[in-house]
Amino acid sequence: MFGWLFASPAERRLLPGGRFRGPTPFVIAIMTFAMMTVAAAGLALSNAAGLVVQGIENRYAVQIPAGSNDLPRALSAALSAPGVITAEPVPEADMRRTLENWLGPAGVDEQLPVPSLITLNVAANADLAAIAARIEAAAPGARFVAHREVLEPLLRAIRVLQWLALSLVALMAAATSAAVVLAARGALDTHRATIEVMHGIGATDVQVTNLFQRKIALDSLAGAVAGAVAAALVLLLLAGGGTAFAGDLMGRSPLHGYDFVMLGVLPLALVVLATAVARAAVLSTLRQAT
Amino acid sequence: MCGHWQGGWGCARSDPQAGREQALSAIVEFDSVGLRYGTGAEVLRDLDFRLNRGAFYFLTGPSGAGKTSLLKLLYLAQRPTRGRIRLFGEEMSDAPRDVLPHFRRRIGVVFQDFRLIRHLSAFDNVALPLRIAGKSEIGVEGPVREMLAWVGLADRASARPATLSGGEQQRVAIARAVISQPELLVADEPTGNVDKDMAERLMNLFSALNRLGTTVVVATHDVGLIASTPGAQMVRLEHGSMVDTMGTLKNPPPSPHSQPRGHS
Repeated sequence: MFGWLFASPAERRLLPGGRFRGPTPFVIAIMTFAMMTVAAAGLALSNAAGLVVQGIENRYAVQIPAGSNDLPRALSAALSAPGVITAEPVPEADMRRTLENWLGPAGVDEQLPVPSLITLNVAANADLAAIAARIEAAAPGARFVAHREVLEPLLRAIRVLQWLALSLVALMAAATSAAVVLAARGALDTHRATIEVMHGIGATDVQVTNLFQRKIALDSLAGAVAGAVAAALVLLLLAGGGTAFAGDLMGRSPLHGYDFVMLGVLPLALVVLATAVARAAVLSTLRQAT
Repeated sequence: MCGHWQGGWGCARSDPQAGREQALSAIVEFDSVGLRYGTGAEVLRDLDFRLNRGAFYFLTGPSGAGKTSLLKLLYLAQRPTRGRIRLFGEEMSDAPRDVLPHFRRRIGVVFQDFRLIRHLSAFDNVALPLRIAGKSEIGVEGPVREMLAWVGLADRASARPATLSGGEQQRVAIARAVISQPELLVADEPTGNVDKDMAERLMNLFSALNRLGTTVVVATHDVGLIASTPGAQMVRLEHGSMVDTMGTLKNPPPSPHSQPRGHS
């Protein structure tokens, strides 16, 4: 299956020009670098979104109108409702501090009416309608708001960015394929005389293709290694700076072990893709001739 | 003769009866063959002849008569635009592309412009057909050295074509064409760039090959060459058509050279 990868010295002499010359290694290196950094960003976003979702899943806020004295009754109703795991009132001081960020000193003005808030953590299979009805019975006018509902626009934006990252990776793979096709055709043109002689004395298309496939595979491998090393360095650099901040926000590293495996597989996948595309391009070009 | 060629040529066909049958059968059959390039006029038209296995043919004709085009059909570099070609008893006109290499390996070709691979040494150029046929490096070394010695280039084995004279390049091209002892040898002006002595040596090589059973087709303008090869038959082309004044083309007489392989 991989016999073509191990050429004899005589076979290697058939396609001169030295290793790692021409545009292929550079194109593959740039593409590998870009793909790995974009993929890392996409994976980090995905992990961040996962953490956010994990943090807000099954969490709700109960808003009790300002000036109402229903907070103790609402809290008691919430705690006694089936499926409610925790129910905690948000201290008014915390809420005013949050408001201060938006409104300035007016946020802490005692004259400003502030609703009471209870945060609920409910079981996954809890009957939300029953809980809401029970709380509203205890505190008329109380509003039941899912945290997810509030953060949905942000999550939607993250999902769009994830898809964008995935599309960019796919586009770069397509661009790499196109570059490899051009490189393969260029190589065929350069070595046309050799190919004609080889065909003339009985070489099969597969024999000729193997020579080019091997050359492009090795060039791609060299480019992929260079691109991967550069991308790893950049990601490490970011890990010491920017992503440390992201890590602080998320409480852990934005990339997991599985992500590093995926990022490591990416350059190899690109080499496999480039080699397969080169083989198809060379075979197809040879078959169009004569 | 077999002994001389043991290194790479061998004496594969040792059955006398089979050899005689082979000698009498046609190796090439053209049936109303025409060839045109693109939308131009036909460069070859209504070619209708057969070449017997083991015979020696000279293909002659003025420049532009279609000799090189005919040779291209013979060594499967072109397909006819009409008519049928049978080679080695197999229909070739519309044979699938994938089977052609198998037949090309049975044909040795000396191109008019040599077509040596310029970045390969003389050794590697001559070794190419054996390597393409899948011979191991151990099986390549001896025959190639022997062949280079025979064409007088033993000491130029590592030289690249650009450093060889025209005559030396010609001899490398001939060595490459005959190294795998082809059943059919097609040569386009093979002695055009060599001196008289070397031309004679090369023709002796072709004759030796012919005696071993190889059918030889040589395109040439050199009348002296034709005269010095007794028993060879002449095929003449003019304006893309056969000129068969001697009546030798459709049913040529057996060549004195057409002995079965191994009985030279």
